[in-house]
Amino acid sequence: MTATMTEPMRTTDDETKSVRQISRRKGLFAPDLMKAAFLQSLAMLRPDKMWKNPVMFVVEVGTALSMVYTVVKVVDPGSTRATIGYLVALDVWLLLTVLFANFAEALAEARGKAQADALRKTRQETLAFRLRGMSDDFKAALNASPSTFERTVSTDLKEGDLVVIDAGQLIPNDGEIVAGVASVDESAITGESAPVVREAGGDRSGVTGGTRVLSDRIVVRVTAAAGKSFLDRMIALVEGASRQRTPNEIALSLVLSAFTLIFLIVVAALWPMAANAESYMGDFLGVKDLKSLGTDIPTLVALLVCLIPTTIGALLAAIGIAGMDRALRANLIAKSGKAVEVAGDVDTLLLDKTGTITMGNRKATKFLPLGDLIASDVGHLAALSSAADETPEGKSIVDLYRRLPGGSPASANPPQGARFVPFTAQTRMSGVDLPDGRRIRKGASDAVLKHVQAMGGSAPVTLQEQVSAYASQGATPLLIAEDNRIVGLVVLEDILKPGIRERFERLRKMGIRTVMVTGDNPLTAKSIASQAGVDDYIAEATPEAKLAYIRKEQQGGRLVAMMGDGTNDAPALAQADLGVCMNSGTQAAKEAGNMVDLDSDPTKLIEVVEIGKQLLMTRGALTTFSIANDLAKYFAIVPALFAGTLPWLKALDFMHLASPTSAILSAVIFNAIIIPCLIPIALKGVRYRPVGADALLRRNLLIWGLGGVILPFVGIKLIDVVLSVIPGVA
Amino acid sequence: MWLLPLLIVGITVALSVPMGVYLAKIMDGRYQPPAVFRWFERQLDTGPQNWKQYAVSMLLFNTVMFAFGYLVLAVQPMMPLNQKDSVFADGKGMLSPSTIFNTATSFLTNTNLQHYSGEQHLSYFSQLVFVVFNMFTSAAVGFCALAAIIRGLRGDEHMGNYYLDMWRVVVYVFIPFSVLTGILLMAAGMPMTLEPSAEAQTVQVGAMGSNDDGTPKTQVIARGPVAAVLPIKHLGTNGGGFFGANSAHPFENPNAWTNVLECVSILIFPFSLIVMFGRMLKQDRHAAVIYAVMMTMFVGMIVWAVCHDSLTPNPAFTKHEAVVIDIAGASKKEVPALAALPVDSEGLGNTEGKELRFGPSAGATFAAVTTAVTCGSVNCMHDSLNPLAGITPLIGMQLNCVFGGKGVGMVNMLVYLVVGVFLAGLMVGRTPEYLGKKIEAREMKLAMLALLIHPIMILGPTGLFAALDWGKTATNNPGSHGFSEVLYEFSSASANNGSGFEGLGDTYGFNDGKKNLSAPATYAVHWDIATGLVMLISRFIPIIAPLALAASLSRKKRTPFTSGTMRTDTVTFGFVLLGTVLLIGALLFLPSLALGPVAEHFGPMPFGR
Repeated sequence: MTATMTEPMRTTDDETKSVRQISRRKGLFAPDLMKAAFLQSLAMLRPDKMWKNPVMFVVEVGTALSMVYTVVKVVDPGSTRATIGYLVALDVWLLLTVLFANFAEALAEARGKAQADALRKTRQETLAFRLRGMSDDFKAALNASPSTFERTVSTDLKEGDLVVIDAGQLIPNDGEIVAGVASVDESAITGESAPVVREAGGDRSGVTGGTRVLSDRIVVRVTAAAGKSFLDRMIALVEGASRQRTPNEIALSLVLSAFTLIFLIVVAALWPMAANAESYMGDFLGVKDLKSLGTDIPTLVALLVCLIPTTIGALLAAIGIAGMDRALRANLIAKSGKAVEVAGDVDTLLLDKTGTITMGNRKATKFLPLGDLIASDVGHLAALSSAADETPEGKSIVDLYRRLPGGSPASANPPQGARFVPFTAQTRMSGVDLPDGRRIRKGASDAVLKHVQAMGGSAPVTLQEQVSAYASQGATPLLIAEDNRIVGLVVLEDILKPGIRERFERLRKMGIRTVMVTGDNPLTAKSIASQAGVDDYIAEATPEAKLAYIRKEQQGGRLVAMMGDGTNDAPALAQADLGVCMNSGTQAAKEAGNMVDLDSDPTKLIEVVEIGKQLLMTRGALTTFSIANDLAKYFAIVPALFAGTLPWLKALDFMHLASPTSAILSAVIFNAIIIPCLIPIALKGVRYRPVGADALLRRNLLIWGLGGVILPFVGIKLIDVVLSVIPGVA
Repeated sequence: MWLLPLLIVGITVALSVPMGVYLAKIMDGRYQPPAVFRWFERQLDTGPQNWKQYAVSMLLFNTVMFAFGYLVLAVQPMMPLNQKDSVFADGKGMLSPSTIFNTATSFLTNTNLQHYSGEQHLSYFSQLVFVVFNMFTSAAVGFCALAAIIRGLRGDEHMGNYYLDMWRVVVYVFIPFSVLTGILLMAAGMPMTLEPSAEAQTVQVGAMGSNDDGTPKTQVIARGPVAAVLPIKHLGTNGGGFFGANSAHPFENPNAWTNVLECVSILIFPFSLIVMFGRMLKQDRHAAVIYAVMMTMFVGMIVWAVCHDSLTPNPAFTKHEAVVIDIAGASKKEVPALAALPVDSEGLGNTEGKELRFGPSAGATFAAVTTAVTCGSVNCMHDSLNPLAGITPLIGMQLNCVFGGKGVGMVNMLVYLVVGVFLAGLMVGRTPEYLGKKIEAREMKLAMLALLIHPIMILGPTGLFAALDWGKTATNNPGSHGFSEVLYEFSSASANNGSGFEGLGDTYGFNDGKKNLSAPATYAVHWDIATGLVMLISRFIPIIAPLALAASLSRKKRTPFTSGTMRTDTVTFGFVLLGTVLLIGALLFLPSLALGPVAEHFGPMPFGR
């Protein structure tokens, strides 16, 4: 392979990165989005499409009816007492109500699409090198000559194909590394510029199409054919083609439809009631055909449109899409809208200790000598035993010795001829056999004690006390032994992430139980759990223990969320109500979960919950607002309806509106323009505050309930003032 | 003025707590009945039922009740105890079929809307066998339904057994308390006799007019086994009077003290059922919040009625300025000014249609009491309430959850509660849950169905009758007041209340038209059938839908309570509930109320004051 293969693709990569950043910065009402949404909102007027939204469908039918009556008025001016100007104004504003509703949904979709498009740029056709013939010896492919590869494009790849990717090339499709290790630039999808390491085997074998290999060659088995990856699925979800309504959305739509039906009956019954008033007032005044707006069909349509929950009916779809979009902006790929909704309901969070609660891995913080030794002696021996230990813990021991006042960097390297003893599950120790015959071992206290005793040595009496003292503080003491003598301890400690306590406090206020999952022993786990402020912990966690814990929580009716990456996490991810898989995770784990986190950031779970809560809250708040709005509309419209029969009902109009027609128009206009006014809230969501359910409810009730009752009185009055100066309306 | 309502509410509240505890004990079967009763219970208990079985049993029982009721009324002339007096020399005849349908339905559904007059149209046999039997059983239906719904809400595997529940309510609750109340009422002078009407010569000869042969007419004073009907009429919130004048009649309500007793017995079970709700669910605080919300609305209703009736004079006696009606499309018309009449009703408010022997605020208070809890007995003429005061009974029936009928009132409140919880629950950022159970599409479908029926059944027929001659010519009064009469009739039928605004020509009477003291109303048949259907639909759908809802919740897993869960036992939740009821109620009924009492209040004579 030569560099020329990859050269043409560089620019695309940079472009995608910048497109993605721009799309995130884009304001709510970016002009290009507005235009797309506007066109779409016209296209959505088709009745067969409107039908899906019963509330707005009623508005559309009402608008059509109103228009018919306007035409009748033109043909037969005596058909109604209402003026042409009034009827036309009604038609226009009723139509606008439908358009605003469509626009809200279209705008949310356009924003989602813009996000998706940016992501899709990463899915362009890229060059791929497919391995001819399937062999089990993937390692061989790493060194195979280019002649054995088949040049093809990413869209032709099928699930199960093996591709070879060299440094500098784009990974064609989602897949799993089967051989090799490489650093990968995933900024195209995560926006994070630091490269990440991906390697075959283990839990960091997943790679995403459109990301770039920076170093080394890897062999990848394609796990999703073009167009079938998680990202493609999410794009489809956002675009609405395959958007399915979530359970709560269905329940809410049902409530809205029922309210629409109720108001349909209220308004329909008002027509004969108004006819009754016309009849007796006509008799009293000696007029044959007394007509009021109460029996004028377009006016009754206007009343109906004002009463039915158009505000939430218009914004409901947009709220749902915006929820998905917010998840996407947080680099979370939800496999369904339901996943986002479930997140709001989560009662228990299972959090991995490492990476979520503590910074990465444990670090050596102290050397404790035993007997007549000093700290640097212990450090020296510990460093020697860890020289070949590639684990972060081992490296941190060497680091600590190098920084020790008495230590010297040079002596940390073992002399020529030393033989390293690797860690095994059986011995649970690692170490070094020095050329001078000394055998240095490092390991967990019980393992080292056993080793020393086997060689005829004994442990100092105070040792056990020291070990348990450190263990109970959450630290991990390792013993260092030289031949059959225990020389001292190395203390490994977890470093808590800054601000993690506050985060858990916040979660507790949200009513969420946090559970720390760790491989540590119970003593250590307990100590870290109490330092971090989690509610519970699973120590010495195995995949089975996690699964059992989740089942136990679910038995008690709790919804459980967890994050995982490895294949052995898959059952737990599947069992959890919300399973978030890291993008670096294995294919099995990704399939089992219902969200994928592109950033592979374990703290993301907390964000997911807030996104879910925000989504639900926005729905509740806007529905309450929508229904609360109706009260004021009655006070504007009812007196107007009967101005022609029962003029004394004007006493109910304490807004003192200019005229019956301006009162009705004001209510209709208010009802229409409140929709675009609330689009930003629908798209951004009502802010969630972790202050406890009762305080939150009080706050939202005041803003959206009481506010919803009061605001339209002000709004309708203002619109009426404006209308009354326009000649011909009043 | 305020002493009477305070006394009534105070006594009932105090009694409701121990009574609620007792009721919970009975409905949970935590009692030791005598051996005879145990034997009966064993015969009745057909085993635990799921909601469908429970509902079918209930419908079956009601069908039998309907057939029985129709039969008893239809064979009235052939039955014994058909009292004869000089007005009805050969006893009571057969009622018209539509009246029988309406009456059988009305007593079946615990409505007791009476398109007949007790002393004119029913024999003692019908009163004792049809009326009393229905009053006990129909009252127990709602009670049983509530018990079954509570069992569903708390997650019991079964909803209980309908027949066993019926037995418990009738035998351990209604019968003992009816006997007790009956004794108190008889002690106060209520008749309990099978003797026919008393006939007396008036002190002033010829005060009742004279016969064709010139002899002075005797006064025929109807009486009968009144004290058998009265206790359960109130305890079961039935409301069907022995006499046409209902509790305004001196034999049905002898004095001020029996008036208090009757009010308390109307309210006691609806109040204590909320306590029972809390006890059975082990959610006393939650029940207390519901109780407080209902009490707030109830006190509001009483205060409104007393202020606008007992403290406001009858507008017919006060001075009115001339009003010019100037409407586009009609020539101006002036309604002349009216001078005040020299009537001194200082401190009495509007005394028209009131029985002042009960106290100055007794009429308004009783109107609020009887409509809040769907009793429907009356001690004053609701037609004569000041227009605005008339809103109180209308609202009571339209909300139908201000304590409401026994059991059904709480069930109606539950429907509002589910709607409120759904919206407020979302606002705390969780999918809504009630008592730890998720409220999803199925529950909302059932709740909205139950919520829908009531306004449809009020507004639809009201519109229909108001627009047609059926309603227009049946009303006694023109204009807004006539509209109120129609609106009231359907509100009363749909709420299963049974009180009448009166002034509506809806009585047919005996099938043999000649036997009637007054000619049958032209559209009586229309009214009989329409209100009959409304009563049936508004009775059973709002019971069965919540029953299904509770069953659906009972199958769900209970979510544990966390600080993120919306609490249902706080003041905040009380406001949610109150707001939901008032807002939805206002949105549903504000236009019709504006056309009726409000238009009458603001309008000039002759369309009101």
